[in-house]
Amino acid sequence: MSLSKDELLDAYRMMKTIREFEERVHVEFAAGEIPGFVHLYAGEEACATGVCVQLSGRDWIASTHRGHGHCIAKGVDVHGMMAELFGRATGLCGGKGGSMHVADLELGMMGANGIVGGGPPLACGAALAEQRAGKGGVAVAFVGDGGSNQGTTFESLNLAKIWNLPAIFVVEDNGYAEATSSKYSIGAESNAERARGFGLPASRIDGHDFFAVYEAAGEAIQRARSGGGPTLLDCQLNRYYGHFEGDAQTYRGNEEVQRLRDSQDCLFRFVQCVTQSGDISRSDLDAIDNEVAELIEDSVAAAKAAPEPDEKELLTDVYVSY
Amino acid sequence: MARKLTFQHAINEALDQEMSRDESIVLLGEDVAGGQGADGEMDAWGGVLGVTKGLYGKHGDRVMDTPISESAFVGAAIGAATSGLRPVVELMFNDFMGVCFDQIFNQAAKFRYMFGGKAETPVVIRTMIGAGFRGAAQHSQSLYSMFTHIPGLKCVVPSNPYDAKGLLIEAIRDNDPVIFFEHKNLYQVEGDVPEEAYTIPFGEAEIVREGEDVTIVTLAEMVHESVKAAEALQKDGIECEIIDLRTTSPLDEDTILESVESTGRVVVVDEANPRCSMATDISALIADKAFASLKAPIKMVTAPHTPVPFNPKLEDLYKPNAGNIAAAVREVAEYQKTWETTTSKS
Repeated sequence: MSLSKDELLDAYRMMKTIREFEERVHVEFAAGEIPGFVHLYAGEEACATGVCVQLSGRDWIASTHRGHGHCIAKGVDVHGMMAELFGRATGLCGGKGGSMHVADLELGMMGANGIVGGGPPLACGAALAEQRAGKGGVAVAFVGDGGSNQGTTFESLNLAKIWNLPAIFVVEDNGYAEATSSKYSIGAESNAERARGFGLPASRIDGHDFFAVYEAAGEAIQRARSGGGPTLLDCQLNRYYGHFEGDAQTYRGNEEVQRLRDSQDCLFRFVQCVTQSGDISRSDLDAIDNEVAELIEDSVAAAKAAPEPDEKELLTDVYVSY
Repeated sequence: MARKLTFQHAINEALDQEMSRDESIVLLGEDVAGGQGADGEMDAWGGVLGVTKGLYGKHGDRVMDTPISESAFVGAAIGAATSGLRPVVELMFNDFMGVCFDQIFNQAAKFRYMFGGKAETPVVIRTMIGAGFRGAAQHSQSLYSMFTHIPGLKCVVPSNPYDAKGLLIEAIRDNDPVIFFEHKNLYQVEGDVPEEAYTIPFGEAEIVREGEDVTIVTLAEMVHESVKAAEALQKDGIECEIIDLRTTSPLDEDTILESVESTGRVVVVDEANPRCSMATDISALIADKAFASLKAPIKMVTAPHTPVPFNPKLEDLYKPNAGNIAAAVREVAEYQKTWETTTSKS
């Protein structure tokens, strides 16, 4: 694995954009500016980025309720996302979906999903379409440790295997399904072990390590593109915020999040790696930090200034024709 | 003795008292305690909105956190109900019924009939309904009519704390599968609730307000909007009779029909989507069995035939409110049967 300087900088920009987006949404939600249920991806950036930087426009991803990071990593417009979270007419879904349903089908982003385990069957379908198109497209299903216990996930692993689908299942095991530990809820030793039981190649990865995710995802994507069938990646990582914004997280140990931020942070580890190797200078990163800060600031200002959807939009978009 | 309790505390108390009374009752669902296997506190959540908080401390391992595996744990509750336990299973949002529909409508609902009356399935499935929480399309539906459609299921849709406690205890003691729909916007509503355990029979609607001009048939949160509408209409001399269904299966047909026979005018108010809904069901019942009493067409006030939108302004527009209800009642109250005078002249 060798990444060019530009590729490294792109990966950094992506991770940093996700982090700053989420940190800002945390603040805006607390200030009462964003309605509804919001689930933040902060802490997990290396996973979405390590996978999605290797996908092309014709590849697909199916996401989860914790979907902002997957969206940004798939190249979805940050302005459109922020406006969607604010429920504005300029949002990706015209303000009708919100945080849990951000989607951009044109970019192969099949939507965040309010139903745990809703994504894997959809990714199988996209993978089937790509298999029949025969142009090397693949589909990735991101699924949490909670979603990994759904029958839909097990059924999808089997279906992908028997049809040899170009599908990649990325389990993001952040330790908790809502307030329940994955150590309790997952009976097998790991999701990698489960997947091997279904006949899929699988590996367990440090999901805070961009380079580890990148390498494993690269192999899986290559396998899928070349007709080698599905793979499961079992990424161990952590979230910095609650299940949803407003979750007091009393189920977590004291100082657990601070300890993780201090010791495991994926951005910190990425920066340490690329600056120590001499590939990237601090000033390159500072320039990106400034661009990202400006982008997020602009997106929030634009979202706040944007109009609400027109009342007639309540009745539109139910069918293509009726 | 009655004291003020919130809707959610009334539910918690019903569960607590019944679990103390009957060892065979177990409670299961996603984070009904919370914190299982983690380093922090147990009973960290007590359900996603804290409705079952504290029950783990009192009843220990009879309060069981589940993986996010709705087909498995709802199905397990149904299986356990056929074999000696009396499970109360929480399915968080009723939208998630989509994940485990088979276990509910092909399994639980059918056992008694298809096994020739030999099976009993005393399970209660508690689940949240309703828009108004900015939860968007997959967390805000009101799906009680889908379950009312299925023979073998009983459906309870309470509107206030007193009914919530009494109907939940009735549901737990009932030997059939019961779906207990809790409107999330009602959890903080307060009302008088007796301390002791009591039951409210299924299939008995409540007349929450008497009136001679127009009957409003409704349920759940819409009872409160209908009361607001009735108070406004009273100032204009229109007296509404409001019927709170309380259960949609069994349905108290007599109370509805008797009221319509007396007023001759009716508005059905249902937060759910309009097609194949409680609103259409009750309208059909009235048209079938009380047609001769009608002095005006039946009006339905419902959500439109759309999913629930995220944007708060659109969501507020989606939901019926006191204003829509009052407008419908006025229309019905002012309706004149012009054709009757025409035909009598000719």
